[in-house]
Amino acid sequence: MKHFVQDLWRKFTGNKRALFFGYIFLFVALAVLPFLLSNTVGLTWVRILDFALIYAMLALGLNIVVGFAGLLDLGYIAFYAVGAYTWALLASPQFDLHLPFWAILPIGAGMAALFGVLLGAPTLRLRGDYLAIVTLGFGEIIRIFLNNLDHPINVTNGPIGINKIDPISIGGADLTRTHELLGVSFSGAHTYYYVLLTLLFMTVVICVRLEKSRIGRAWLAIREDELAAQAMGINTRNVKLLAFALGAMFGGIAGGLFASLQGFVSPESFGLLESIMVLCMVVLGGMGHVYGVLLGAILLTVLPEILRSTASPIQSTLFGDVYIDPEALRMLLFGLALILVMLIRPTGLWPSPKRRTSVDPDIAKD
Amino acid sequence: MDIFAQQILNGLVLGSVYALVALGYTMVYGILGLINFAHGEVVMIGAMIALAVVSILLSAFPEMHPLLTILLAGVSAILVCMALAFLIERLAYRPLRNAPRLAPLITAIGISILLQNIAMIIWGRKYKTVPQIFPTETFELFGASITSVQIFIITISAVLMTGLLVIVHFTKLGRAMRATSESQRVAGLMGINVNKIISVTFMMGAGLAAVAGILIAGNYSVVHYSMGFMLGLKAFTAAVLGGIGNLGGAVLGGLLLGLIESIGAGYIGDLTGGFLGSHYQDVFAFVVLIVVLVFRPTGIMGERVSERA
Repeated sequence: MKHFVQDLWRKFTGNKRALFFGYIFLFVALAVLPFLLSNTVGLTWVRILDFALIYAMLALGLNIVVGFAGLLDLGYIAFYAVGAYTWALLASPQFDLHLPFWAILPIGAGMAALFGVLLGAPTLRLRGDYLAIVTLGFGEIIRIFLNNLDHPINVTNGPIGINKIDPISIGGADLTRTHELLGVSFSGAHTYYYVLLTLLFMTVVICVRLEKSRIGRAWLAIREDELAAQAMGINTRNVKLLAFALGAMFGGIAGGLFASLQGFVSPESFGLLESIMVLCMVVLGGMGHVYGVLLGAILLTVLPEILRSTASPIQSTLFGDVYIDPEALRMLLFGLALILVMLIRPTGLWPSPKRRTSVDPDIAKD
Repeated sequence: MDIFAQQILNGLVLGSVYALVALGYTMVYGILGLINFAHGEVVMIGAMIALAVVSILLSAFPEMHPLLTILLAGVSAILVCMALAFLIERLAYRPLRNAPRLAPLITAIGISILLQNIAMIIWGRKYKTVPQIFPTETFELFGASITSVQIFIITISAVLMTGLLVIVHFTKLGRAMRATSESQRVAGLMGINVNKIISVTFMMGAGLAAVAGILIAGNYSVVHYSMGFMLGLKAFTAAVLGGIGNLGGAVLGGLLLGLIESIGAGYIGDLTGGFLGSHYQDVFAFVVLIVVLVFRPTGIMGERVSERA
């Protein structure tokens, strides 16, 4: 957001100090947003916003793998699944374990990172579309296992999924309940919004700092030309594994938060389509650009919801009947958007400034 | 009945369908270096069109000879799929031929989602049963039972594969295709219309895919709008297993994958002491894929090195 706000303020005032007020404004706007929504369009939209924040975190994690390091991962949702199931198994009646969230979050992140390395290690030599297919296969394998590990020993409860997952609770206060604080009543969706926003903010800071760090520069070098990067003395094996592990870690954290917010997980939420959805957030937003990816994630979570709530009424007023159900329409537009963005604006809606001056596509191709 | 012989037989039937679809992947990959993700959906569309034509014909001309019904359905499915493949290549792949490799892959995913949902809107979410056109007969072969449909599948596949190999290796068109896959630029300089050859390649793959769709619909007796995706992935695995870009490899890979899946699913329960069951069948394809790509990325018959930056 920084550059955007900065530009905006320079245009309006030409005063650099005004940037400070820009941040204050952004902060206040983000702080009151859930109350604005719940009082105008209803509490459901605060929940949608919560999911948008989780997806944003997920997309930022994938951005590390795909955007920074240039490793096309089509099975990224597997790490989200690992995080979600780790949380679900450690904090639900399934095994009657109820660990506190500050214990599960690192465990989930660690598990996901471990799986990231497990996927990354054998695929180090693969590039481009081969890697895409292998990661896709990996994602499917994880999903098939989640679906079938209900016998002979019941671990994941199979297709039914795991229910009654504990929410985050801080100091004994359950975050899904409504709480009164300073005369303001915070519902579960509101409290989660602030928790998620804080975590997302930390993710953004980490991503931006990572990109500018030595490791981040190594990732970009590998993305642009792996051989050249190796020649420059970058240990491509370790750096790529690190990208997989870090990306997976954010996916795992997002997955855990998803499980606790939803209170329920099942293999259905972790299909290939979800992987593609997250990839689209990254690609449509602007691969490798942290703020672009944020924009992509928010757009792709919120727009379909708007469509879902308006598609049927519009169709019935225009044609007198609902011909295309909103879910199918959503996917249709989604597929179309993917194609059109690639044809018209292949760098995404808000590409990173550096990406624009990237290598000539003719050279980058081979 | 001999279970092992039966599994081998089922594997061969499944494998010949994989091989037909894998040929489409491998031809396109050989020429463009592109994974045509939408290929599986073309298979699905082929099955759907054929089913629609068959049901129309059955209700309009119930007296028609079953062979003619199948033939008409097959021809219309093939034509529709070819037209579809032509459009897909023209609209989604050709404009991106010089773009970074990620771009066509993503449009391919977009096409795949689009086709699946269009099919869902037209034909509904439910599984559709395929009417039985021929009376099914069962024969005994080496202690395994084989149905007339399965014999039909293996025969048709064998004929088509031979036909394709003959076209690619012994005709002028085939020579142009091979030249284009060696180098588009040089082929163009030799007076080959590269764009036309690429379109033809896509259409030939789509024709095979349509037939594969019909065969698999006949084998399982159901079609569904999502049937293409997994089939497409497995066929791609088959193409990689055999060595992508290599036609003979695609056939070999398809048959091998069919055998691995069928035998693996049949015996995995015994091997793991009942821990893993036959519903892990879909895992085999992916494990095979990962193992092949990690240890021998060129596949069994591939010569091309996959080192590309």
